[in-house]
Amino acid sequence: MTYAIEAHELTRRFGGFTAVDAVTFHVEPGEVFGFLGANGAGKTTAIRMLIGALAPTSGSATVAGYDIRTQADQVRRRIGYMSQKFSLYEDLTVRENITLYGGIYGVSSRDIVTRTGHILARIGLEHAGDELVREIPLGWKQQLAFSVALLHRPGIVFLDEPTGGVDPITRRRFWEMIYEAGAGGTSVLVTTHYLDEAEYCRRISIMVDGAIAAMGTPAEVRRSVGAETLDEVFLKLTRPGAAA
Amino acid sequence: MRPFLGFVRKETLHLLRDRQTLGILLLFPVLQVLIFGFAVRTDVEDIAIAIVDPTPDVATLELRERIAASDRFHVAAVSTSARGLDARFRDGSVRQALLLPTEVERRIGRGDSLQLQLVTDGSDPNTGGIMQGYATAILDRWYREVVPQGGTLRIEARSRMRYNPTLESAHLFVPGLVAFVLTIVSALMTAISIAREKETGTMEMLLVSPIRPTAIVAGKVIPYIVLGFVSVLLVLVAARTVFEVPLRGNVVLLLAVSGLYIITALALGIVISTKAPNQRTAMIAALAGLMLPTMILSGFIFPIDSLPRPLQLLSYIVPARWFLVIVRGIMLKGAGLATLWQETLVLVGMTLLFLARGSRGLAIRLG
Amino acid sequence: MRTVFYLVRKEFLQIFRDRTTVFQIFLIPVVQLLVLSNAATFDVKQVAMMVVDEDRTTVSAGLVQRLEAGRQFRVLRYEPTDAGVDHALLDREVTAVLHIPRRFEEDLVRRGRAPVQLILNSEEGATAGIVQSYALSILAAYSAELDRTLPRLGVPRTVRVSPLDLRTQRRFNPTRNYKHWMVPALMVSLTTIIGLLLTAQNITRENELGTLEQLNVTPMTKIQFIAAKLIPFWLLSLVIFTIGLAIGKLVFGIPMRGNLLIVYLAAMAYLVVVLGLGLWISTITRTQQQAMFVAFFVIMIFLLMSGLFTPVDSMPRWAQWVAEANPVKHFVAVMRAVLVRGAGLETVGRPILGLGVAGLGVLALAVTRYRKSVA
Repeated sequence: MTYAIEAHELTRRFGGFTAVDAVTFHVEPGEVFGFLGANGAGKTTAIRMLIGALAPTSGSATVAGYDIRTQADQVRRRIGYMSQKFSLYEDLTVRENITLYGGIYGVSSRDIVTRTGHILARIGLEHAGDELVREIPLGWKQQLAFSVALLHRPGIVFLDEPTGGVDPITRRRFWEMIYEAGAGGTSVLVTTHYLDEAEYCRRISIMVDGAIAAMGTPAEVRRSVGAETLDEVFLKLTRPGAAA
Repeated sequence: MRPFLGFVRKETLHLLRDRQTLGILLLFPVLQVLIFGFAVRTDVEDIAIAIVDPTPDVATLELRERIAASDRFHVAAVSTSARGLDARFRDGSVRQALLLPTEVERRIGRGDSLQLQLVTDGSDPNTGGIMQGYATAILDRWYREVVPQGGTLRIEARSRMRYNPTLESAHLFVPGLVAFVLTIVSALMTAISIAREKETGTMEMLLVSPIRPTAIVAGKVIPYIVLGFVSVLLVLVAARTVFEVPLRGNVVLLLAVSGLYIITALALGIVISTKAPNQRTAMIAALAGLMLPTMILSGFIFPIDSLPRPLQLLSYIVPARWFLVIVRGIMLKGAGLATLWQETLVLVGMTLLFLARGSRGLAIRLG
Repeated sequence: MRTVFYLVRKEFLQIFRDRTTVFQIFLIPVVQLLVLSNAATFDVKQVAMMVVDEDRTTVSAGLVQRLEAGRQFRVLRYEPTDAGVDHALLDREVTAVLHIPRRFEEDLVRRGRAPVQLILNSEEGATAGIVQSYALSILAAYSAELDRTLPRLGVPRTVRVSPLDLRTQRRFNPTRNYKHWMVPALMVSLTTIIGLLLTAQNITRENELGTLEQLNVTPMTKIQFIAAKLIPFWLLSLVIFTIGLAIGKLVFGIPMRGNLLIVYLAAMAYLVVVLGLGLWISTITRTQQQAMFVAFFVIMIFLLMSGLFTPVDSMPRWAQWVAEANPVKHFVAVMRAVLVRGAGLETVGRPILGLGVAGLGVLALAVTRYRKSVA
């Protein structure tokens, strides 16, 4: 089986500082994989390498079967991305943002119209289609950014801390959307520092200081570290002197 | 007081850490003064002149030699007819043409009048006038020497150019450059800095803190004052050493007024920033809005006395205009506060006005 | 191609949604063009003058009268001694001082020669020379008049000497209308400033906001990106340029002796260079603040070393060489050649081609410099 994402000893150094340390993992097609870790653990750096925004110092990785270093263009066609800042154009309307990214990804004009309708209905923004993104509340912005990331039906989508700053109910609703995507066959790599969200993922990995300290299903991870909850797992792993 | 000092410290560190920006702010003014001090000139040299001499003889050859010998002109063409001149004027290969009459030597001998025609490319009225003046001077001198003047009455004028006897372009433009560059750079610095805080939202945080808006404004401005002052020092050193612009007046006064002007320009930047909701607007307002008006209305290149009356009045609101008079006054004329107090007072007034508007603008944002 | 279309559409939406910016980019050029076109001149009128007349005779009074009669001088002060000269010059009360010494009339009658002294405030330089030539020509005219009318002692009038009959003619601008010279210069300056500013901060801004990263993850290519950034501002700048031309023609009556199409061809090539440069600046700076300062620096060099305000011929050799690389210089030269002198493609074809090549070069620079991923 070709993995959706496969990384082998992926490393990134900035001068003397190692942000991502020989990370090796894979994501199966249709899987929702959670990338956990504290702020600054290296999650964003790792994602940025996988989406082709940052070159690795050493190691390799493939996304959708294509090498991230040599076949970056092929990779880009097949993935969706939602960054921490949501990266929608605040001074464009909801519709205009959708149309823009649809156009860039080659979605036909007709499909753009139909999909826009679906997205607005799904999120509940039917009456806000012509509002500036700047004006709509944070929770909706997140869901919109996520929908835009999926607009061109990519096989794999990367979400970097997509649920920052909103209430638990909105976060719940967001994860429902992620499930839907996964159920539809889309592979999802999501980073988060919310440990409760980890339970939503099929498999997770925990990054500490740039390296993967634990990986597997949530149950496997709890067992391997000998903890009851993921909170405990985390505390044990990040205590000074703890090794993977 | 302590929160204020802490704020100033934070702004200073912020500025110092941004090496690239720091370098730019310090270097660019000096670089500009160096480059433009050499490049910006109004003297006209090496004028391409065509001479039409239908019957060359001793007299005309002498005249042609004089023109060729002058370092203001180079003779681009000599011919016996005016054919082809139009085309050469049009393509710019010839800027002036002297059309001589026939049989010059004979006419002089007989005491006949001599009609010469001098055609000048007047598309640039400034250089046109200057070129015409040069050529006329050579022709006048030649005529007076070739044709015995006898007892013609003459008033002989001796002219002296006060303050800039050699009409060194650099002495004229460098003070102006100082004023100009300081204005734009300072206004830009504060305009962007404050607009950026607004855009990133950190301004709101500051406004809610115990520091008063006036203090926030002051705190933002202080590191830039120091920076601007260092910049001025570098520029003045360059002006003195490289261009040998005289400094006939009091150095301390010059530095003090420069310091004042930096604050004026920074304050102007603050006013701009209060009206601008984001960095882009602030930048366009500061750069596009200030550049040409300051260049043209401050007396930097075009003398204020040459401006039409309404524009002369308009120039009163251009801060650089006042500063330029002071800088030129101190450097070229050795003037002191006794002569320059009005201009200085105007600058002080403008500064206070801008600072007041700036603080009020910020306070409005809070309320 | 579709990608470029959607990106261009987005740029236009963004620009026109920002009321203030639209206001600025159209209003600033129009207002400055209308107001400042009247400014640019080295002409002097009504020069404030002080006359120190130690002679106080009819002949010296006649000279003062001559000075006042023309438009060029205004005799503000008429003093018997030179005591106040220094202060008047220092305080900028007067720009010129004419000092007529004690035996002026007597010298003219006896010897046919008399000295006077002219002191000029050359603080503002360029005009001092012009003021001097005005004064000298008035003196020359008065001399000629006295030569005919003043009864003199002991000088035989043996030779009747004809004066030099010098006819001068100004080609292309006989009325010496400074606006014809300045309006094209201002137009180019304003279009350049606005165009360069907008592009220089554009990409940097997207970078700071994070939207650039999002675009980089898409299959959009570097060429598509740069093209999409160039096209909207190129069109916008052409519109601003056209408005400027219209104002120039309708309000100031600037001549349009040559073919306007040639001017537009040059403008199109020129704008690619300028905007491309702005985009390149955008790719080498990290913050909008830096982008603006670099843009300011570039604009200053372009404008001051282009022959717009001071002649290129006056610059030292090395500066003239540098000016060859200045696109503004070539564009202004083309414009002035075509509009004022009526030149055709034979003359301006090469500079236009040069601009075109430079434009492609600059774009290539921006495309290669722009990285979709960080190394």
